[in-house]
Amino acid sequence: MGAFDFLMQGLATAAEPMMLLYALIGVTLGTAVGVLPGIGPALTVALLLPVTYRLDPAGSLIMFAGIYYGGMYGGSTTSILLNTPGESASIITALEGNKMARKGRGGPALATAAIGSFVAGLIATLLLAFLAPSIVKVALVFGPREYFALMVLAFVTVSAAFGDSALRGLTSLFLGLALACVGIDQLTGQARMSFGVPELLDGIEVTTMAVAMFAIGEALFIAGQKNQQDDEVTAVKGSVWMSRSDWARSWKPWLRGTFLGFPIGAMPAGGAEIGTFLSYATEKKLSKHPEEFGHGAIEGVAGPEAANNASAAGTLVPLLTLGLPTSATAAIMLAGFQQFGLQPGPLLFATNPTLVWGLIASLLIANAMLLVLNLPLIGLWVKLLTVPKPWLYAGILLFATLGTIGANPSSFELGMLLGFGVLGYVMRLFGYPIAPIVVGLILGPMAEQQLRRALAISQGDWTVLVQSPIAATLLGIAALALIVPLILRARGKGQVLAQLGGDED
Amino acid sequence: MSVNEPQKQRRRDTAALVIAAGLAVVAGVMLWDSARLADLGGYSGVGPASVPRVVAYGLLGLSVWTVFAALKGDFPERPEQNVPPVLWIIAGLAAQLLLLHVAGFSIATGILFAFTARAFGKRNLAMTIPLGIVFAFAVWAVFSQLLMLHLPAGPLEHLIFRGA
Repeated sequence: MGAFDFLMQGLATAAEPMMLLYALIGVTLGTAVGVLPGIGPALTVALLLPVTYRLDPAGSLIMFAGIYYGGMYGGSTTSILLNTPGESASIITALEGNKMARKGRGGPALATAAIGSFVAGLIATLLLAFLAPSIVKVALVFGPREYFALMVLAFVTVSAAFGDSALRGLTSLFLGLALACVGIDQLTGQARMSFGVPELLDGIEVTTMAVAMFAIGEALFIAGQKNQQDDEVTAVKGSVWMSRSDWARSWKPWLRGTFLGFPIGAMPAGGAEIGTFLSYATEKKLSKHPEEFGHGAIEGVAGPEAANNASAAGTLVPLLTLGLPTSATAAIMLAGFQQFGLQPGPLLFATNPTLVWGLIASLLIANAMLLVLNLPLIGLWVKLLTVPKPWLYAGILLFATLGTIGANPSSFELGMLLGFGVLGYVMRLFGYPIAPIVVGLILGPMAEQQLRRALAISQGDWTVLVQSPIAATLLGIAALALIVPLILRARGKGQVLAQLGGDED
Repeated sequence: MSVNEPQKQRRRDTAALVIAAGLAVVAGVMLWDSARLADLGGYSGVGPASVPRVVAYGLLGLSVWTVFAALKGDFPERPEQNVPPVLWIIAGLAAQLLLLHVAGFSIATGILFAFTARAFGKRNLAMTIPLGIVFAFAVWAVFSQLLMLHLPAGPLEHLIFRGA
């Protein structure tokens, strides 16, 4: 059967009434939480993970996917109306979108963001569906050394290649790797770094860490800021519908954004924000109205917003086909799979095709639901923006601890939550990126296992790691991704890289 | 953590030196811990202690690098921090942690709720604590009764749901 048949089967699964309900709950929750200022998709997914503990795997993964896509849509609303991007990938949207809103063109800005997200989501999800089977075929010949090389590449790109400092990125990554060592060694069963504490034998829970880093660290950081002022919500005036000229100026940026965003999301480079920056630069260059950029050009909303959503779908390619998370959000999605004992990767396509294809098909459905939820109901979401900060953060912390308590009602787990929260605060204070520590924690054990397997097969011969052309190429790219940015920074060309680095995703 | 130090003088970043020391300590603990593992390398020659060691050496290297960066003043300027709100939130989390099994989810979480609101400017605890408890109780009811999550029950929960 080809990808098309599988997709049709998946649609049949995803169109079951219960699954539709899960998808609807997912997109609604995702949009609602995504709209709240300061919460990006990574935190949205982490906060809502416990809601799905007791549901069946297919349903909750579908809900998850809805939350992920919904968070992306919701983030654009925040950045257009509030100028507070909820996620790094929406920074550009805030740039032009907020200017449009201030000029009374908030409606068309929201519309082009929502329709652009829909177009991009649709095309990118179809690309995902048709690419996945071929990548799975390639991935089946991957041995431990190829996986190890792939993970090294992901480590480097997430931590050192982008952002303003390789030192801080790598430090964050290595802290994650150190935490990943805690617990029982998977191959020999020896307890490592647990210091006789039984709670540590199971290792450090990824969701506890992610919630602590994103929710508590962020709340502490915002609370500690001097001169707080409440951001002003720009009211949506006039129609949300776009005029004929808006359509004419939007559709090309949507498509260009999609084709820029998808490959960048799919590469183990992580970060939806890179695609948005590229798309913005492209639109600015190609636009017939370059003078409008910086003052509310609709192309500057349409393109980046499409790129943002396309790369969100793109990150699902390595996640589903290789089991490789390339962003913080994907890492938490992986934790979501693992809570049901599912390991995404080529095998999952063979052993559980209904689930995988149902999930992919549900993305299409979720996408369509989001368009409906976001355009006519926009007024409802805008109300969420007016929640005052004290209640907002009190609520965030309530749900953050609820998730941890629900997963494991022990004071020890809450203590870890507090400890990592403070760590996240200090890291934010000193400009350390958060994504590498999360990716390090979740990928660390996998990389170690693959490395030890590869070396066990070769009986301890390290050269085996570079003897396969695929592995050698991947390691070569990883080395370049580490060294080239260092040289660029040393030559004082680091600003571009700094801009490309984001906090989340 | 010397957060409130004036950042005018960019030479010799003391806080960053503390971070470097912290990284070195983590590395030291990892090396000490891996030293007592029986290194069953087996065929691969890479045992359970190998990867922690590599990570520890990596952290040591990064610690040295941090020292250089600190001496050169390479760290970005830190936003000035207002300490009391941060402490309020930490106190709220600590109170929840300590009270969770004694007083139950609603009361413990209600206090966290009120303390967080306090950190963001709602200062009237006499109003926010009861509000937080009511809200937390509603959340408890939905999640423990409908979604079957195990959330510790206390006197308040037992009073209203007799069976819980």
